[in-house]
Amino acid sequence: MPFMKFVKSLALPSEMLPPIIEEESHFDPETEHSAAKLGMWLFLATELLLFGGLFAAYAIFRAKYPEMFLEGSASLDVVLGTVNTVILIFSSYTVAIAVSAIQENRIRLVKWMLWITIICAAIFAVNKYFEYSYKISNGITPGTDIFYSIYYAATGVHMLHVFIGMAVLGVLLKKVNEGRYHKGNFTAIEIGGLYWHLVDLIWIYLFPLLYLA
Amino acid sequence: MVNSNTYKQYFNIWLLLMFLTVITVGAAQFDFGSLNIPIAMLIASIKAGVVALHFMHLKYEDGMTWIFATYPIFLLFLLIAFSATDIFTRVVN
Repeated sequence: MPFMKFVKSLALPSEMLPPIIEEESHFDPETEHSAAKLGMWLFLATELLLFGGLFAAYAIFRAKYPEMFLEGSASLDVVLGTVNTVILIFSSYTVAIAVSAIQENRIRLVKWMLWITIICAAIFAVNKYFEYSYKISNGITPGTDIFYSIYYAATGVHMLHVFIGMAVLGVLLKKVNEGRYHKGNFTAIEIGGLYWHLVDLIWIYLFPLLYLA
Repeated sequence: MVNSNTYKQYFNIWLLLMFLTVITVGAAQFDFGSLNIPIAMLIASIKAGVVALHFMHLKYEDGMTWIFATYPIFLLFLLIAFSATDIFTRVVN
C-alpha cells in the first residue's frame, strides 16, 4: 500500500507536535505573576483617572472661588483628618509587611498584618462616619456649596474604595486561613496589597487639598 | 526580594512617612500665599512617591510597569491643564 505509507509519512512524529498546555492562562507561573501585577497597575491607572475628574474639578473651582475653599476647609476637623492619615499610612505599612511575609511562608505574621489592616480600615470608616454625621447634623450637605459638593464626592468615592479594600483583604485573610497562599502562590496578596496602597495614595492627596487648604 | 532587612526598611519608610505627615500639617500652619497649594502638593507627591517605590515595590519593577504607573499622571496633567485653559480663557461665559 504505497498510498497509506505516503499518508503516514505526512503525520508528524509525536515529539514534533506542540506540547499539551495544562496551565489555564499562561505557560509558566512567573509570567502569570508578572502579567497579573502589570494588569493591576493598569487598573490602578484607571482608578487614578477616576479620581482625576474630581481633582480637575477641585483645581478649577478652587481657582475660581478661593474664599469659599478656604472657609470650607477651615470648617473641617484637622485633628480627625490627621488621625485618619496616620491610620491609613500605618495600614499601608502593615499590608507591605504581609506581602513580604507570605513570600517567606510566615503565615502567622501574614494573618496578623491582614487583621490589623482591616481594623485600621474600620477605624478610618468610623471616624469618617462621625465626621459626616456631625456635618450633616449641622446642616452641611453636598448641596451647601461647591466646596462641600467636592468634599463629599471625593471622600465618598474614596470611602467606597476603603470598603472594597476591606472586602478584598477579608477574602485574602479567609483564603490565608484556608492555607491557600504560600511562598509559591502569593500573587493575589500582592495585587490586593497594591489596591490597598492606592487607597492610601489617594488619601495622601485628598488630606492636604480638603483639610489643610 | 525579601530578606532580613526588608522589615527594617519598611519600618524606616513608615517613620519617614510619619515625619512627612508632620511636615504636611506643620507647613499648613504658615501662609505662603499662592505657594500654599504647590508646597502641599510637593510634600504629598514625595509621600506618594515613597509609598509607590517602597511599599508598592515599584523600584523592583520593569520598564513596562513604570510606563503603566506614570502615564496616568501625564493624562491627569493634560486633563487639568486643558480644562483650566478652557475655563479661564473664555471670553463669553
